[in-house]
Amino acid sequence: MEENKMNAQPIDSKIPEGPIAEKWTNYKAHQKLVNPANKRKLDIIVVGTGLAGASAAATLGEMGFNVLNFCIQDSPRRAHSIAAQGGINAAKNYQNDGDSVYRLFYDTVKGGDYRAREANVYRLAEVSNNIIDQCVAQGVPFAREYGGLLANRSFGGAQVSRTFYAKGQTGQQLLLGAYSSLNRMIHAGKVKSYNRYEMHDVVIIDGRARGIIAKNLVTGKLERFAAHAVVIATGGYGNTYFLSTNAMGCNCSAAMACYRHGAYFANPAYVQIHPTCIPVHGDKQSKLTLMSESLRNDGRIWVPKNIEDAKKLQSGQIKGSDIPEEERDYYLERRYPAFGNLVPRDVASRAAKERCDKGYGVNNTGKAVFLDFSEAINRLGIDVIRQRYGNLFDMYEEITDVNPGELANEINGVKYYNPMMIYPAIHYTMGGIWVDYELQTSIKGLFAIGECNFSDHGANRLGASALMQGLADGYFVLPYTIQNYLSDQITVPHFSTDSKEFDEAEKRVQKNLDDLMSIKGKRSVDSIHKELGNVMWEYVGMARTKESLETALKKLKELRKEFETNLFIPGTQEGMNIELDKAFRLRDFITMGELIAYDALNRHESCGGHFREEHQTEEGEAKRDDENFFYVACWKYNGNDETAPTLIKEPLHYEAIKVQTRNYKS
Amino acid sequence: MWLTNSSVGRKVVMSVTGLFLVLFVTFHALMNAVALISFEAYDAICEFLGANWYAVLGTLILAGGFAIHIIFAFILTFQNRKARGNNRYAVNARPKNVEWASQNMLVLGIIVLGVMVLHLTQFWAKMQLPELMGEHVMNGTFYLRATFSQLWVLPVYLIWFAALWFHISHGFWSAFQTLGTANDKWITRWQCISKWWASIVFILFAVEACYFTWFFAL
Amino acid sequence: METNISFKLKVWRQANAHAEGRFETYEMHDIPTDTSFLEMMDILNEQLIEKGEEPVTFDHDCREGICGMCSLYVNGHPHGPATGATTCQLYMRRFHDGDTITVEPWRSAAFPVIKDLMVNRNAFDQIQQAGGYVSFQTGGAQDANAIPISKEAADEAMDSATCIGCGACVAACKNGSAMLFLSAKVSQFALLPQGRAEAKRRVKAMLAKMDELGFGNCTNTGACAAECPKNIKLSNIARLNREFLCAKCSD
Repeated sequence: MEENKMNAQPIDSKIPEGPIAEKWTNYKAHQKLVNPANKRKLDIIVVGTGLAGASAAATLGEMGFNVLNFCIQDSPRRAHSIAAQGGINAAKNYQNDGDSVYRLFYDTVKGGDYRAREANVYRLAEVSNNIIDQCVAQGVPFAREYGGLLANRSFGGAQVSRTFYAKGQTGQQLLLGAYSSLNRMIHAGKVKSYNRYEMHDVVIIDGRARGIIAKNLVTGKLERFAAHAVVIATGGYGNTYFLSTNAMGCNCSAAMACYRHGAYFANPAYVQIHPTCIPVHGDKQSKLTLMSESLRNDGRIWVPKNIEDAKKLQSGQIKGSDIPEEERDYYLERRYPAFGNLVPRDVASRAAKERCDKGYGVNNTGKAVFLDFSEAINRLGIDVIRQRYGNLFDMYEEITDVNPGELANEINGVKYYNPMMIYPAIHYTMGGIWVDYELQTSIKGLFAIGECNFSDHGANRLGASALMQGLADGYFVLPYTIQNYLSDQITVPHFSTDSKEFDEAEKRVQKNLDDLMSIKGKRSVDSIHKELGNVMWEYVGMARTKESLETALKKLKELRKEFETNLFIPGTQEGMNIELDKAFRLRDFITMGELIAYDALNRHESCGGHFREEHQTEEGEAKRDDENFFYVACWKYNGNDETAPTLIKEPLHYEAIKVQTRNYKS
Repeated sequence: MWLTNSSVGRKVVMSVTGLFLVLFVTFHALMNAVALISFEAYDAICEFLGANWYAVLGTLILAGGFAIHIIFAFILTFQNRKARGNNRYAVNARPKNVEWASQNMLVLGIIVLGVMVLHLTQFWAKMQLPELMGEHVMNGTFYLRATFSQLWVLPVYLIWFAALWFHISHGFWSAFQTLGTANDKWITRWQCISKWWASIVFILFAVEACYFTWFFAL
Repeated sequence: METNISFKLKVWRQANAHAEGRFETYEMHDIPTDTSFLEMMDILNEQLIEKGEEPVTFDHDCREGICGMCSLYVNGHPHGPATGATTCQLYMRRFHDGDTITVEPWRSAAFPVIKDLMVNRNAFDQIQQAGGYVSFQTGGAQDANAIPISKEAADEAMDSATCIGCGACVAACKNGSAMLFLSAKVSQFALLPQGRAEAKRRVKAMLAKMDELGFGNCTNTGACAAECPKNIKLSNIARLNREFLCAKCSD
């Protein structure tokens, strides 16, 4: 599709010269800096307070810039980074198992199915060690060994133990660490914090991002904020699928606002489906709960060998613990002997779907597989297992009423414990706003960091790498690269928000809100959002085909029409109106859904989180097409939501790594 | 001054004065116990604690302790009600592990104080006070008889002791918690000691009151 | 086993911070017991919207018990009758057919109601801003393994750091005291060598801020710890007191 437009506008990713290991060092040595006296004169808006947003706002504040920091929740500490459970990767090699910056870099590129930008990933691996130092200094209580040094665990997609963790709440502790640094800067007056504010539009003056229009969610009023640069750290677009592991408030509206102003949106089709979530249980469900990937360290994933057993499980005649060892099919261990239960997420998710599609699903909907701890409990004892996963077991029991640590059966002297039931669910989005090496989008002065950008994970993200990327961007990358942009802005005085650009932007936003309020149809926001989610999961989900994607695009058009004509929002624009806020986000989710479908339709290959059924090996493994699709797909907005976007390609260049087929078998 | 300006400081004042009063009450109970054995010995103690300078000084300090404890109790309760806000919950449920006493310390304190005023008029106002004014007073046993020969005194005193039990059973460990001398293990230890201490004081007083009533009234 | 239950829902409705609030009663029919409490509230809201009425506003976000946003006072308990769980982790199987369930906002002078069941917990942020951090510049850290920390201290600091800042402790406390919240943060830093350098300054500043914001005085009733969804322990408060007394005495 649109092959001829390739390089019509050549994309400059600004990757520095030199061998891969020296690029970042070279960049830092030669980039332009802003002197301390001038930093005081510069304002920066940071939207979002997750790992990336909070760490960036804090660090920019420490450097001396004036930072305005926004979040939609009641406190910066609520951002959804807080829910990350498993851990954060770093190439410290404290375990002496042969880890190195290069190996972390290699694993991440390979895990991303060779669709990430080499230079970015290397930089990520390089600064990973600084992140651990930084967080320990902040007082993050990472798990430790009896000797007093840091402990590690292993995670999917790696053969070394490089993951640092704080119980099953690593994201929480890292976010609270960043939040503490942010608090310090708020106290010092360098960061001004705006809670319960939602960014509605970015203001562009003379081709540069110069401010935002934000809605005060409590008063319902629109407010204007000006700055020399705008940083978007607003997370991913997983909630397009309605049911996901994302928080209810996660949305892609800030990213869509940038996209509508011409910022490219890269690789939207790369959506990560996490293999270990609690299965869907009913149509009233509002979100899916993730069970940490760390469970796969000791848990074994299986379905019955015999289809009859599966049928009995589905009809509730027997329980998982009734099936003895020899009747179980540990399909991940069978298919991928080298990595076993610790294969990357996309591989594990597809394998689960494959089994369930063949009829081996183990719950009443046929859409679940078992995650079993019997072997680990028998080997290590329940106390050790509870110490490792106790809080996850409790969480599982509260939701499902089943205790995975409970002895359920004994067959031929072997003890069987209640297995968990899991199924894949939308979890993370690798795609995002396109950024160059400096994390600057295709709009000058507009930067995107964290999950919100596309930069480091290629087509699939490895476990414990999201926290790493968010903090790398916020603490160690953006605070440097943004200076390269700001160095020639020092003569630009503080902006007034009384310009015509701000007037127009606010008018546009107000009109959008007025339009939403004036539809006065019949349907609630959630009912339409659920429908969107169904379309997305059904046709743009784990396995996609040309037909399914074309159907999706058709259905999404209809859905947009339904939204524009039949939406109902009670109340007024005065004060807090949660339905209006949700409607504003849903409008963007629909556009986002189309964007995902366009990209998925364009990418005639299977890679990472994007699986096209037409492109698979005989064994059902993903089949990449490096000849034709070795590029970042950047989508450019064409003036309105109805028109298809234009594809612009950023070709990938690999120097350090030889591109090959991913192999987790041997 | 941080003892009045900060919330922890105010609580420290409450706990130090409270512990002081616990000690006083304990000595009081032990002193009374002497009368169980010998009324002569009891009279000697009463005389010793009459209008001597050290007894007067002790009484003043004691009165000061009471006054501070009570004044701070009212200040704290006033502040705490204000902090709670104007709207009250429609439904209240006391969680498990929360002692009833801990949520009703002021009420318990008022009961203790009320009967204490009665008690003072029955004893102190007839013993140390007139002696200070130079009047002649009888020995301690005389006033024991005067009081406990009236049957209504016993039930009132028993209620008083019960209130005191509840008040001390929370106040005692709470004081140590406030003074920072607790951790996971010591919280339960202090709570246990608290109950024992309160119970011993209660039993001593109750046995004494019952004995005196039996001895003088029946 | 999964069943359906019907019950009465008594919900606090308040148009905004300045309006008078009141209870509204709603009949809920055939709610599956494997629905979470907040999903049940979603169902109520769908019904209200269908009738053209405004939905009940309440705070919620992650719905997996970690963000600390949800904050309902259900049947006399913050986060409802379950222990060690937030409202979003509360499932309807805890309730029975024919029940009356009363849902109120956090009530505390320091947490004014914004709308319906949503309150303003900005005071917690302000307490943290007063000193809940280690002062150093990004990039200035030494190697992470340079200071060994005993596993016991790290684990205990982790237990204290588990606080999600939801405000249930304040809501549960008859004195509207934020001591459990404050002590959890102070404890985390007090237990780690990184936090010791400015421990005295921190505890004084944070406590002063808490007092200034109008929270009550702790009377050690322990309701906070009993209702805390993350089981933050009462011993943290003793540690806070100890830290504060030592700091003051060494002035």
